[in-house]
Amino acid sequence: MSTPSTTTYVLRGVRPYGADPVDMVLADGVIAALGAPGTVEVPDGAHEIGPDGGSADGYVLLPGLVDLHTHLREPGREDAETVFSGTRAAAAGGFTAVHAMANTTPTQDTAGVVEQVYRLGQEAGWVDVHPVGAVTVGLGGEKLAELGAMADSAARVRVFSDDGKCVHDPVLMRRALEYVKAFDGVVAQHAQEPRLTEGAQMNEGVVSAQIGLTGWPAVAEESIIARDVLLAEHVGSRLHVCHLSTAGSVEIIRWAKGRGIDVTAEVTPHHLVLTDELARDYDPVFKVNPPLRTARDVEAVREGLADGTIDIVATDHAPHPVEDKDCEWASAAFGMTGLETALSVVQQTMVDTGRMSWADVARVLSENPARIGRIDAAQGRPVAVGEPANLTLVDPRATRAIDGRTQVTASANTPFAGMELPGRVVATFLRGRATVLDGAVVDGAAPDGKTLEGATR
Amino acid sequence: MKHLLTTQGLSKDDAILLLDTSAQMAATQSRENKKLPTLRGRTVVNLFYEDSTRTRISFETAAKRLSADVINFSAKGSSVSKGESLKDTALTLHAMGADAVVVRHSASGAAHQLAHAGWLDAGVLNAGDGMHQHPTQALLDAFTIRRHLVGGVGHDGRGADTSAGADLAGLRIAIVGDVLHSRVARSNVYLLHTLGAEVTLVAPPTLVPVGVETWPCRVSYHLDETLEQWQPDAVMMLRVQRERMSGGSGSFFPSPMEYSRKFGFDARRLAVLPDHAIVMHPGPMNRGLEISAAAADHPRSVIVEQVANGVAVRMAALYLLLSGDDSAATPSTSTDERTAL
Repeated sequence: MSTPSTTTYVLRGVRPYGADPVDMVLADGVIAALGAPGTVEVPDGAHEIGPDGGSADGYVLLPGLVDLHTHLREPGREDAETVFSGTRAAAAGGFTAVHAMANTTPTQDTAGVVEQVYRLGQEAGWVDVHPVGAVTVGLGGEKLAELGAMADSAARVRVFSDDGKCVHDPVLMRRALEYVKAFDGVVAQHAQEPRLTEGAQMNEGVVSAQIGLTGWPAVAEESIIARDVLLAEHVGSRLHVCHLSTAGSVEIIRWAKGRGIDVTAEVTPHHLVLTDELARDYDPVFKVNPPLRTARDVEAVREGLADGTIDIVATDHAPHPVEDKDCEWASAAFGMTGLETALSVVQQTMVDTGRMSWADVARVLSENPARIGRIDAAQGRPVAVGEPANLTLVDPRATRAIDGRTQVTASANTPFAGMELPGRVVATFLRGRATVLDGAVVDGAAPDGKTLEGATR
Repeated sequence: MKHLLTTQGLSKDDAILLLDTSAQMAATQSRENKKLPTLRGRTVVNLFYEDSTRTRISFETAAKRLSADVINFSAKGSSVSKGESLKDTALTLHAMGADAVVVRHSASGAAHQLAHAGWLDAGVLNAGDGMHQHPTQALLDAFTIRRHLVGGVGHDGRGADTSAGADLAGLRIAIVGDVLHSRVARSNVYLLHTLGAEVTLVAPPTLVPVGVETWPCRVSYHLDETLEQWQPDAVMMLRVQRERMSGGSGSFFPSPMEYSRKFGFDARRLAVLPDHAIVMHPGPMNRGLEISAAAADHPRSVIVEQVANGVAVRMAALYLLLSGDDSAATPSTSTDERTAL
């Protein structure tokens, strides 16, 4: 872990979880002081941050955001993203930790590769990078990867996923669920029955029927989730369901939790707001896996997120080079970037609609993902004196026009291009060090104090 | 009219204009000199990413009869086979000054992208995109139906076509076969509905798409029942791709014999139809599978005539695309550019 910042910050009139304003001092990597405005002793030389003299409608302060589902693409697809560029984008989006998915080239299926990604994350210094380990060798779905070696490695892997592919063999899934219990791991399943989705391009329904793209039926997701929750119940394991996207999936998770099954579920920002109607113009920026569903599904995942059936929002940030999206729909890559828009989408769909509080946002974007990933000793902590200063400061009244070309990520494939989204990350702190200040990433200083050349590469 | 991409959203006025123009074009094709000077100096590119004999030749013939310069660009033997993207091909055609691009592509939406992605500014004529649309096929089918069932042209193809300006109101059309994968079915459902006809799709449930309920048509799983009780004026058979039945557990029906028994069109089923009814097939046919030789070659089969009408319809489409008369075919009912002509 990086060394704490030597700069002391004073946050004035900020609203933890959107509640009453406080003043706060960040020093030596922790929250050093916290109190009503004007009551906190400010050290000399402290860097002050706060809107308009710290009025009551100041910025919202959240525990640093934690993404359980990020594709950083390195090693292998550095043309789309690197650990450096992706984690820099994560910081810009208010994140202080990300879980880097295993579908790299080579696959993150050995201790060596996960340690490489972990080290790259530390060197970049923007967020804590926690590599996800592959469940099966090469994501091949045939043979368990060395899960124990990855768990025991310097990267201390706790989340295992073949994301992009489904662990569809029921026996293999059962073994994985059982095996990771030894080190308190979790299998994060990409729920997609492969035979039901051969050649699938978009949600199967009214729109696919009209525009002639091969359908990806909801049942292909729901049948795997139903099987997996029953498997998890049978072997007494912990299961995490990645990016669920359908109303039926929400129902199954609700049912499973009602039975006491140890399952957690995530939804992506894009499934909270976008629908399959967007495919009608065949712009592959809207091609994603699982696909955008219907308005009814969007409503169901919002409801599931609000009532706690869905535990977390995770970005499934999936950068792609231009050429992989500037082509025929059927040839295009699946996926969309999300790190820099996730918080805004959650604000727009859940907070501004009155369905969730900012405390709920902290729960689904920080506390719960940290707990599921078993990094909750360092991340997703309460906003309290003595806690690590992993914090995100948001101006909820700001709006911004989204433009893929000005994103911090190395890729431009955002489905929100041209839209106005609410909320802006004003500052992000990683153990007291500002990675974002005044809405801009703070380039140039590595965690150990070295100057990073080419920091915007 | 800038592009012809889909029949969904095509206005009735535009559809009838296309049919009437087709009739005028057809009338010129009985002359000794079939060539018209209309598109002299214009360049039409046939961009074919999928094998197609009849559609490509039909478009090429249509463009040449209108005196356009025609460039045939097929995926085989071009840079496409070396992995050039659709975008780069489009930029190349743009640089070469193509006035219209006729595109056939296995990817649904390829024609729409060519028209709207900003890669080129030529008019785009969709000659079939994946499972999505094949608008000139639907137009030639509608043209053929109109000539026979409205215009008074006999089964022998003789008699004057008196159908100018008419729609297809009240006619019943059955479309039979692999609807799921068929761009011909999608194009025909919307166009025939716009023209006032009633459409029934007939197929085994495995070959009907989920989501069909929003289509402006009925769906039946029973051919005999449809023929006997609904008494269609035209029966349009769809080609069944061989690969649809050889997918092991992914097969869409148990066997070719069972498909043929339940959905194949033969002389016995033809006899159930009203006397004026016509039999259609977009080709290429699987004789003995979806249609018997007796039905295909029957005097009431208009399959060969469909091919001939295809040239006239494509002449009309190219003419309306390239004639520069925007007022003629400006979409009158559709406000949605995506579905506009």
